[in-house]
Amino acid sequence: MNLGTFLIMRQELLLIIAALLVLIAEIFWNPDKKRSISLFSIILLGVVTIIGFLHSHVGSLFGGMYISSGTTVIMKNILNIGALLVFIQSATWLNKEENSEKISEYFLLLISTLIGMNFMISAGHFLIFYIGIELATIPIAALAAFDRYRNKSAEAGIKLILSSALSSGVLLYGLSMIYGTTGTLYFSEVAKLFGNTSLQTLGFIFFFAGMAFKISIVPFHLWTADVYEGSPVNITSYLSVISKGAAVFILMIILFTVFPVIIGTWQKTIFVTSVLTMTIGNLFAIRQQNLKRFLAFSSISQAGYILLGLIGGNQLGMASVIYYILVYIFSNLGAFGVVTAISNATGKENIDDYNGLYQTNPKLSLIMTLALFSLAGIPPVAGFFGKFFLFTAAAQKGFYLLVFIAVLNTIISLFYYLLVVKAMFISKSDNPIDKFKSDFPTRFALGICVAGIVVTGFASIIFEAIRNLSFGV
Amino acid sequence: MDILSLFVVIPVLTITAILLLKDTRQVRMVSAFGMGLQLLMAGTLVFLYLIARHAGNSDEMLFVKDYLWFKSLNIHYAVGVDGISVAMITLTSLVVFAGIFASWEVEYLRKEFFISLILLATGVFGFFISIDLFTMFLFYELAVIPMYLLIGIWGTGPKEYSAMKLTLMLMGGSALLLVGLLGIYFNSSPDGSRLTFNILEISKVVIPLPAQRIFFPLTFVGFGVLGALFPFHTWSPDGHASAPTAVSMLHAGVLMKLGGYGAFRVAIFLMPEAAHELSWIFIILTSISVIYGAFGAIAQKDLKYINAYSSVSHCGLVLFAVLMMNQTAMNGAIIQMISHGLMTALFFALIGMIYGRTHTRMIYEMGGLMKVIPFLSVCYVIAGLASLGLPGLSGFVAEMTIFVGAFQHHELFYRIVTILVVSSIVITAVYILRVVAILLLGPTTNDHFEHLPDAKWFEKISVVTLIGSVAAIGLAPFCLSTMIGTSLHPIIERIIALKPF
Repeated sequence: MNLGTFLIMRQELLLIIAALLVLIAEIFWNPDKKRSISLFSIILLGVVTIIGFLHSHVGSLFGGMYISSGTTVIMKNILNIGALLVFIQSATWLNKEENSEKISEYFLLLISTLIGMNFMISAGHFLIFYIGIELATIPIAALAAFDRYRNKSAEAGIKLILSSALSSGVLLYGLSMIYGTTGTLYFSEVAKLFGNTSLQTLGFIFFFAGMAFKISIVPFHLWTADVYEGSPVNITSYLSVISKGAAVFILMIILFTVFPVIIGTWQKTIFVTSVLTMTIGNLFAIRQQNLKRFLAFSSISQAGYILLGLIGGNQLGMASVIYYILVYIFSNLGAFGVVTAISNATGKENIDDYNGLYQTNPKLSLIMTLALFSLAGIPPVAGFFGKFFLFTAAAQKGFYLLVFIAVLNTIISLFYYLLVVKAMFISKSDNPIDKFKSDFPTRFALGICVAGIVVTGFASIIFEAIRNLSFGV
Repeated sequence: MDILSLFVVIPVLTITAILLLKDTRQVRMVSAFGMGLQLLMAGTLVFLYLIARHAGNSDEMLFVKDYLWFKSLNIHYAVGVDGISVAMITLTSLVVFAGIFASWEVEYLRKEFFISLILLATGVFGFFISIDLFTMFLFYELAVIPMYLLIGIWGTGPKEYSAMKLTLMLMGGSALLLVGLLGIYFNSSPDGSRLTFNILEISKVVIPLPAQRIFFPLTFVGFGVLGALFPFHTWSPDGHASAPTAVSMLHAGVLMKLGGYGAFRVAIFLMPEAAHELSWIFIILTSISVIYGAFGAIAQKDLKYINAYSSVSHCGLVLFAVLMMNQTAMNGAIIQMISHGLMTALFFALIGMIYGRTHTRMIYEMGGLMKVIPFLSVCYVIAGLASLGLPGLSGFVAEMTIFVGAFQHHELFYRIVTILVVSSIVITAVYILRVVAILLLGPTTNDHFEHLPDAKWFEKISVVTLIGSVAAIGLAPFCLSTMIGTSLHPIIERIIALKPF
């Protein structure tokens, strides 16, 4: 292996260098200027993101344990964009008094999870896959407990680490059964040797259950609401978008490349879990008052829609899932961005507090409306296109009933998204949130989200590019 | 820039211009100017269309422009019009123009109101010019959300409830429609060539019958929800009653016609075999709509509710006629869409003006208004006479054509439903004349209303435009009828190629 082939791992190497730089920077940084470590980390990740879009070599390393293909490259780029947006959105919150001591730790932990996700996506062997998953999960649990002075934050951290540990155990148990019945952990070889025996099906179910936890599919979603509510808002947005997105990507790759033999089994599983996830996510979201819990349940139901892209096992399905994650990143980070801005300025997080927001902060209300419409799938924003393509992918393989249930769920979701719109535009309030001006990073991040929401739908080149890099069973 | 896309570009430019304005007083002028321009464009389009047809151009759709949008799914931004679309576009521009003037005195968040209104109009125009199913669906859904804001913010009465009910039910219709459209798309090439969303291409193909039997009801009901098909019409009375004037005008006048137009252009045109088989179910439902709507209107005491149920009844008649699937009935359906669109817009405008003066919509609290506000009262009487089908006004032309067309079927079933539906004329007369008597004629019942001001200049523009059009169609329907008839030929050929009767 020479330098040229080693550079196939370019993204991971750059991220490791970035992490080390952030770690060391604190030692040499002027203590008075601690806050500019944020800017430094953002620039580092920005550089990595841009380099990610440059031409990259594809191939495999370490005897096939690490695979890089056009598909994984685009997946990593999308996750980088999302992570960069979260970084920019975190800058304001990190400048606060209680957080300014821990700025470099924050960025170091987040970059570590990103490294884990990158390895996870590029895995060609279940061991690298598992290492990636663990590296992607454990730092996040530490970050969920970041707010030292809030009980809920500690609760979130504990819940996340314990349930992650349990699900990883279950996942590993499934992997051990897969190893036991096939004798190998390489993806390509398992694919050839896998079959329909009971033990293998059981192994698959355990594997799927472990992954389902990461994606917050019902019935493995119970940790989501409490963890999302307790964590700092930026960690919540990271969890809901990047963690979920990465897990969806790797689940998709594994289902399509390692388990195409038992496609009947996992189609049935996905059908049932998708219906449960969409319905329960939507029904629970209706009753939520706290916006973070509200968006948590909304994220759960979004995972249900994403499963519609997986169920067909077709190229259109993979393209629509990758495209939808990109759209979902912009929409969800837009919504969370507004929640963050208002939470940072006033500490208010309930839907009732948003009554009459349009009178005082019209631009924030409009951004929130755009983001919510994108999540609901209303034209002309990108969420409509994303949902349409997901439904088309499922319909292509004849799953019309599932599409029907999904569109009915879209109506239910529209109801609760409109509740927030109603609060902002229609409900009158005696003391609405005062007019405030957010600082530059918040506005910049929200601007990028809005641009993404509006443009990604109409610019067909994005979807076509993603589709060319996708593959089916 | 092709002429058809201008119908979408001009409203968007108007919205941008409004956004940039600092002075709210100019908002109205800009909107009026923009929509006036749109009305001129519609007139020009009619002119150009007639010239092109006269010159011998006999393509199915004229002024076609097609841009590839999503290569992998064969989605195009494709636009084109035939006589029917041209008529609907003209209707929309008339109603929007009248609506802008009917909303002249909106004060609260004026900019946002006009932006939402014109955004709604954009969705409708886009729907009528599209001939690609994806683009059509995109514009169809685009029209739904501004409705929520318009009713929820500027409405009256239980506005949040009505707005939410309306939005969710219409989205329900879109949901069913989406499944139907995907079904049509994936069955659009039984011989294995490229799948397509283009209406013209799909119409040349016969979609397999088992698929048609599933997707025709979905598509028809999807559009029917918007077109007030019983039992999915329940959003209509509350929605219309709570909405501000211009929104009711636009909604009852134009949006409900989207349902009828879609049912006919997509559901029946693309799946005629299933339409023949299953039409009897929907004919029963639409007959119920017509009669139930009319009876419902008799029982109401609130002017807007009366008109809302009347709209359910008349729009039900459109769907009824469309399901008859012969040349005469379909011709009548299109004329009825235009006639009722203008008529109901006129009604809602007048009701809004009366409400603005008396601050009540309950008919028993008002009386003898003919002496107090003669201009508006006379216009109201004319609108009422058009609604009950007096010859000389457009309602008669439309209903006559529909009933003749429906009666052309020889089977007993069709004859019976036609007779039942014809009886709705009498019921319509009951509620219209009753309202006229209580509201306008006789002595004034309420002293407070003795000195109400009559119509102002902008109200007169609004109302006279609509009355003029109604009378024009009533007295000289042949221009409209010929234009529609020529465009119906290819559609009728497609439909009756299978089942001669």
